[in-house]
Amino acid sequence: MNVVVCAKLVPTGTPTLGPDHLVVRSGTDAALDPGDEYGLELALQLTEQHGGDVTVVSMGPDEAGQAIQRALAMGASRGVLVSDPSLRGADALVTARVLAAAIGMYPFDLVVAGVESTDGYTGTVPVTVAEILGIASVTAVRRLEPSDAGARIERMTERGYDVYECPLPAVVTVTAGSVEPRFPSLKGIMQAKQKPVDRPSLQDLGSRDLTATQTVTAVTDAPTKAGGEVVQGDEAVGRIVELLAEAKVI
Amino acid sequence: MAGAWVFAEITRDGPHPAAFELLAHARSFDDDPTAIALGQGATEAAAELGAHGAATVYACDDPVFAEHPGRPAAHVLAGLIEAEAPDVVLFAQTYDSRDVAGRLQGSIGSALMGNATSIADPRHARAEIFGGTKIVDVELAGPAPTLILLRPKSIAAEPTGGTARVVPLEADVPEDIRGARIVERHEESASGPRLEDAKVVLAGGRGLGGPDAFAMLDELASVIGGAAVGASRAAVDAGWVPYSYQIGQTGKTVKPDVYLAAGISGALQHVVGMKGAKRIVAINKDADAPLLAMADLGVVGDLFQVLPALTEEIRRRKGS
Repeated sequence: MNVVVCAKLVPTGTPTLGPDHLVVRSGTDAALDPGDEYGLELALQLTEQHGGDVTVVSMGPDEAGQAIQRALAMGASRGVLVSDPSLRGADALVTARVLAAAIGMYPFDLVVAGVESTDGYTGTVPVTVAEILGIASVTAVRRLEPSDAGARIERMTERGYDVYECPLPAVVTVTAGSVEPRFPSLKGIMQAKQKPVDRPSLQDLGSRDLTATQTVTAVTDAPTKAGGEVVQGDEAVGRIVELLAEAKVI
Repeated sequence: MAGAWVFAEITRDGPHPAAFELLAHARSFDDDPTAIALGQGATEAAAELGAHGAATVYACDDPVFAEHPGRPAAHVLAGLIEAEAPDVVLFAQTYDSRDVAGRLQGSIGSALMGNATSIADPRHARAEIFGGTKIVDVELAGPAPTLILLRPKSIAAEPTGGTARVVPLEADVPEDIRGARIVERHEESASGPRLEDAKVVLAGGRGLGGPDAFAMLDELASVIGGAAVGASRAAVDAGWVPYSYQIGQTGKTVKPDVYLAAGISGALQHVVGMKGAKRIVAINKDADAPLLAMADLGVVGDLFQVLPALTEEIRRRKGS
């Protein structure tokens, strides 16, 4: 089973916005989105058990190469980085179009992504990729194993979980906590430097219509809520009871 | 008049409550919004959708939408959009609705905006980012309709007492695009109120140290009565409680009268899901926990002492 994993470089601290209302990317600390590590781990386990390779695909600035290196150090075989100045400020649709085109250049049975990025939280790009590729998708996956029909998948719901039969190829998004992501070993880090990282251009991808459809026109600070009273342990019970009584819930 | 459509998610218990909120959002700029309801119970849901302001409801009761979540709904919506040319389609920021929106974007190539909290018109909406500390105004370009996902509970549902015109739809979904199929459903048995509806929410985080400590919150909830127990993402990711407990950016949004957080530091990801609570109580042994700073009542102390003592005190008061 060949798996393509989508990876995103995200700021590690509290992100900031530049004068163009876009997230400041250069000169800030950034890393592979921790939400992507679960899907990567699942992909590594699947290929270790059933054969095949893991290719990790990222779109982003040159620094996104760090996210790919991390994935390669964890055990992915190949990296693919799509980086172009014109993609700065790309929205969900542009991102999905670029990722779909890049993924389409490699053999895959499964595309794996995080449920949503830890900086943007839109959470639609993977299904949009699936639609562009014309394949099935299941989101919020906590378990996946190959089956006669393709894959047997458990998806988290608001009430519990559902089990799906899913034809392959397919796109899945993997929830945090579903597997325990491995730490790269020293050997893995050394080997990662020898692994291939392809850098297709937008022309190679044949991507058209990469104009972002969203523009931020204004950014303002949200009104902050003034903190209230802070009490120490022994006063606490009395004060909480008073507050509950004021709220008329006891 | 801007043609506003609302994707009314149909669950096994009828329309998702967020559908009524979407109608309130739509009515802020369109007096006669249209709702699209797909799934078993859709036609029955039309009355309630009409009572919340939907002038027209396109309804289809075909079981294909529940068996194959996402793709068939996006397919039918795309066809309807081509025929009727709305200006905007509103979705709830839930897992199921956003999958439909993402699919739809892939097929029609429209702008899609996530996590919106209000909408001015089909091309302009607002979102909160960075845990609700910044507000961004966004302009949307590209082909109509725009697709906007609104966070639950960012507006109150408003009954209008209206009646919708119901237009029955045929589900014409080819076999080869149905995609993944649900073969089993597993639901946890829930007791007490839903997290989203409870007047009091008691939430536990990493500070609880393990699954067993949630019993303290369960006991407190039962003594208060009408309280629901939730959790931070850290506690859910650790496997202490199921995902259905999760409050935050990923997970549920709650706006109770009282929100009591025990052992939750207050990561932005969590705050987004509970900052609308009327009163916030935070118990943490770390005096620097961010949630203490935004709480109406912050308690610096050991939750393993405070929670049982609180339960005992409320029991004593109620008993007398």
